[in-house]
Amino acid sequence: MSDITKQSLTELVENIENKKLSSTDVTKAFIDRSEKSEKLNAYITNDFTSALDKAKKFDQKPNFDLKLPGIPMAVKDLFCTKNIKTTAGSKILNNFIPTYESTVTENIWNEGAILLGKLNCDEFAMGSSNETSFFGNVQSPIDKNLVPGGSSGGSASAVAGQLTPVTIGTDTGGSIRQPASFTGIVGLKPTYGSCSRYGIVAFASSLDQAGPMAQNVKDCALLHEVISSYDPKDSTSIDFKRKHYSKELTNNIKGKKIGIPKEYRVDGMPKEIEDLWQKGIQYIKDCGAETIDISLPNTSYALPTYYIVAPAEASSNLARYDGVKYGFRAKGENLIDMYERTRSEGFGAEVQRRIMIGTYVLSSGYYDAYYLKAQKVRKLIKNDFDEAYKKVDAILTPSTPSSAFKIGEKTNDPVSMYLNDIFTVPVNLAGLPGISIPAGHDSKGYPLGLQIIGKAFDEQNILNIAYAMEEKINFKNKITDWWIK
Amino acid sequence: MSKKDSEYLINRKDNQYEVVIGLEVHAQVLSESKLFSASSTKFGAEPNTQVSLVDAAFPGMLPVINEFCVKQAIKTGIGLNAKINKRSVFDRKNYFYADLPQGYQISQFKDPIVGEGKVILDMPNGQKEVGIERLHLEQDAGKSIHDLDPQNTFVDLNRSGVALMEIVSKPDLRSPDEVNVYIKKLRSIMRYLGTCDGNMQEGSLRADVNVSVRPKGSKEFGTRCEIKNVNSIKFMQMAIEYEANRQVDLIEEGKTIDQETRLFDTKKNETRSMRSKEDAHDYRYFPDPDLLPLEVSEKFIEELKNDIPELPDDKKKRFIEEFKLSSYEANILVSDIDTAKYFEEVVVKMGKNKDIKLAVNWITGELFAVLNSKGLEISQSPVSAKNFAILINLIKNGTISGKIAKTVFELMIDGDKDPQKIVEEKGLKQQSDPKALEALIDKIINDNREKAIEYKQGKEKLFGFFVGQAMKASGGKANPQLINEILKKKL
Repeated sequence: MSDITKQSLTELVENIENKKLSSTDVTKAFIDRSEKSEKLNAYITNDFTSALDKAKKFDQKPNFDLKLPGIPMAVKDLFCTKNIKTTAGSKILNNFIPTYESTVTENIWNEGAILLGKLNCDEFAMGSSNETSFFGNVQSPIDKNLVPGGSSGGSASAVAGQLTPVTIGTDTGGSIRQPASFTGIVGLKPTYGSCSRYGIVAFASSLDQAGPMAQNVKDCALLHEVISSYDPKDSTSIDFKRKHYSKELTNNIKGKKIGIPKEYRVDGMPKEIEDLWQKGIQYIKDCGAETIDISLPNTSYALPTYYIVAPAEASSNLARYDGVKYGFRAKGENLIDMYERTRSEGFGAEVQRRIMIGTYVLSSGYYDAYYLKAQKVRKLIKNDFDEAYKKVDAILTPSTPSSAFKIGEKTNDPVSMYLNDIFTVPVNLAGLPGISIPAGHDSKGYPLGLQIIGKAFDEQNILNIAYAMEEKINFKNKITDWWIK
Repeated sequence: MSKKDSEYLINRKDNQYEVVIGLEVHAQVLSESKLFSASSTKFGAEPNTQVSLVDAAFPGMLPVINEFCVKQAIKTGIGLNAKINKRSVFDRKNYFYADLPQGYQISQFKDPIVGEGKVILDMPNGQKEVGIERLHLEQDAGKSIHDLDPQNTFVDLNRSGVALMEIVSKPDLRSPDEVNVYIKKLRSIMRYLGTCDGNMQEGSLRADVNVSVRPKGSKEFGTRCEIKNVNSIKFMQMAIEYEANRQVDLIEEGKTIDQETRLFDTKKNETRSMRSKEDAHDYRYFPDPDLLPLEVSEKFIEELKNDIPELPDDKKKRFIEEFKLSSYEANILVSDIDTAKYFEEVVVKMGKNKDIKLAVNWITGELFAVLNSKGLEISQSPVSAKNFAILINLIKNGTISGKIAKTVFELMIDGDKDPQKIVEEKGLKQQSDPKALEALIDKIINDNREKAIEYKQGKEKLFGFFVGQAMKASGGKANPQLINEILKKKL
C-alpha cells in the first residue's frame, strides 16, 4: 500500500483493527517517508529502529481495544520521553536524556501508539517560524523556503508532509494553531488544565498547554481524547469530566450562536484574511448556526500583555539551565563565569531576548508597572470572554493575520514576528480552548486557517463546530512533495 | 523587681544605648517528605540519596504541595496565637546558586499562610510579650561543600526542597537573654505541637538576626544589620553582643551605620559585612505559576485546632493551679515537653496519697543531676516514671527516709529497678516502731549520762548529738521524726 501515509489516523486505526494493515506496514511507511523527507528538517531525533521493533511486537500480540493500536507517532521535542534525547530545540539540552516520560506522551503510548521520533521546534517553544531552533529551521511542505510556523513547526510540517499520521504540539501563545494554519492542518489548544504539563519542558507555566495536531477534525478529537487527563502531578491540572470527544463528535450545530468579535479586524490585515473570515461566517450559517457580532474590547492589549507575562515566567523557568546538573556546560573561571558562559553559549538569541525582557519586567521598581499591570489586563481580557459567552456559544476569528512567510523574512524584526500571534494569544491568556482549521488558500496558494474559540472545558463544542465547517469547506491541502526528488 | 534592674544597655561615657532585635527563625517542618516532593527528609543520609527529579529541577518537573506540611504550619500558627490566612500564595524567589537547582526558591512573599501572633516569655523580672509578624512556608536549598576538593565545589541536594517555616518576630526583643528565652520558647511550642524537632545541631532551627541600636529612651529605630544564618543560641547571643557594640562604637565616633547583611564568624567572634544594601539581590518575586493559591477552609483550620495539645503556657497555668507549684517550678517542668510528660506520669503513678512538691524537688534535683552527668534527655531517663513515683511514695509514707532514698535512687539507675524491692532486699526499711526506738534511745541516754545532764542544764545544742547517735545506732534507718519526738520526751 503506497498510500498508507496519506490515510488519516481514523482510517489507519480502522485498517489496523480490520487487519488490512499491520502496525509494521504503517510504521514502515511513515519511516520510509520520514527518511525521504530529511530536507524538511522536521525531526531532531528519530527512533525508527526501536519503532519498528515495537510495531513488530504489537503485531505479534495486538490489542485492538486500544485507541491508537500500533499507530506510529512523532512528537514535539518539548515532551520528555524516557531514554530518548529531549532537547526543546536548544543547545543547552543537546545531550539531555530524560529518565522519565511526560504524562501526555505516556497517555499516548498507553493507548498503543509507537514513538517515531522527536520533532523540531523553536528553542524552548519561543518563536513563530521554527527559525530559533538550535537544530536549524524547518521547511514547510507547502512550499520551498516557506516557514511552517512555530513553535510547533516540526510537528506541523510532519503532519502536513505525512511523516506522522498525527502529532502533539504545545501552545503558549499560538504555537499549535499558527503552524496548523500555515500548513493547512487542524490544531487544537485545549483549555488550560485539560492536559497535564508534567514532563513538558516549561516555557510559560500559566499559558503552556499540549494539544493535538492532525489532518482532520476527527483525528484531532480522537487524539485529544487520549492526551487529556487529570494528573495529580500537575497542580494546575483540572479534575473535570472529560468526554469521548471522537465518539460524541457531531456536525449538527444547528441553533448554535457564534460570536464575531469586531476587534479582530486589525489594521493592515490583508483582504484575503477578511474574505476568508466572511466565508467562514457563511459556512457557519450554512450549517444552521447563527452568527452574532460581539465585542472583546481589550483585545488590542493582549499581545503586549502576553509579551510581559510569558517572558517573565520564562526567565524564571529557564533559570534551571545553569550548567550545574545536566545539559550543556561551558568552562568558567568560577561559578558566575561558568553560568554566564553556559547560558550565553547554550541559549540562542530569541531565548536570551525573552529572558532579558522577563528579568526586566520582574525587577523591583518595574514589577508593578509591568508584571502586575499585565496580570490585571489579563483578568480584563478573560472578563471580555466571560461577558461574550453570556451571549454566544463560541467565537470565530481568523487564526493568523497572514499566511505563511518566507524563511528569513522576519528574523530581524521581532515585533513583526510577534504580531503573528495577535489572534491566538488572547485565548491562552484567558485559558480557553481554541482550534484552528484550514479554511482556504491565499493568492499564492498558501493555506489559511480559521480559529474557533470555546468556553472553558467546552472542547466538544468547538470540535463539533470545526467538524461541521470542515465538511462545508472541503479543504484540500496542496502537497506537491517538492522536497522529495 | 523593677524592670529597670535587668535592662540590657550598652554604656559609653555619658550615653546609654538600647538594643533592638528581631529574629527570622527558620524551623524545619517535622515531616517525612519534602514540601513539594515525596523524597525523604531524614537527616544524615549519604549525599544526594534523597533527591527526586523535582528536587533536582529536571525539565518539566512540577511541584505538588505536601498537605501535611501545610497542616504543620497552620498548627504552629495556632500555637503562636496567630491569625491563620485562609488564602496564601507561593512565590518564586529568583537567584542563581549551585545548590539551588531551580534557580529560584519557592517561598511565600506577600501572602503568608500565617499572619500576626504573639509569644509570651517568662523573664526573671516578669512576663514579656513578643509579637510575631508572620510565618510562611518555603523550601530549603541544597548544600554546597567547598572543602572536599581544591578545584571543585560539591553539591548535596538532600536538603533541597525540605519544608521550612520562617517565623518572623517583630523587633520586640531587647537583649541576648530575651533572644535566648524567645528561641527556647518557640522551640518548646513547636516540640509540644510536633511541628519541628528543634534540633539545632542538625540545623532544624536557625535564625537570621536583625540588630539595631538607639539611644535609651528614643522611639525611633536605628539602622539595622542582618546577621545571616546563625545556628546556635550561644552564637546568636555572641553575635548580637558584638554587633550591638560595633554599632554603638560607630555612632560614638560620629559615623553612620550602613544597612547591610553580615556574617558571624564563630572562630573570631565577630560579624563582618557580606553585602551592602546596594548589592542586595533583586529576587524578582512573583507568584509561582506552577502552584495555585493555597486555600484552606474554616473547617480545615477548626479540625487542626481540635488537634492542638495543651501548650506550655496553659500547662504552666494548670500546674500552678492544680498542683500548687510556684511559677518557677512550673516553668522548669513545662519548658520541655518530655519533662512535662515525665512529671505528669509520675503524678498519675503516685496515686491518691501523693506529695507533688516532693516529686518536683526530686525531679529537678536528683533526676536532673543524673541526666546531666550521663548526658541524657529525660525521654531516655534510666529511671521510669513508674518506679520514680514508687520511690517518692516510699519517702512520703515513711517507709524510707530522704537520705536512704538517695541510696535507693542510685541503685535504681542501673536497670530501672523497683525501689520497693531494693528496700526489701537491702533491708533499708525505716524503723518506725516506737517501742524499738524507745529501747534504742534509752540505751543511748544511759550510755551518755553526763551529756544528758548537760542538756537538761540548758546545753540545747546537744540534742543534735543524741539524734546523730540514734541514727547511727539504727544504721540510718530510724524514722528521724520519731527519734525527735521520743528524745524530747525522754531527755
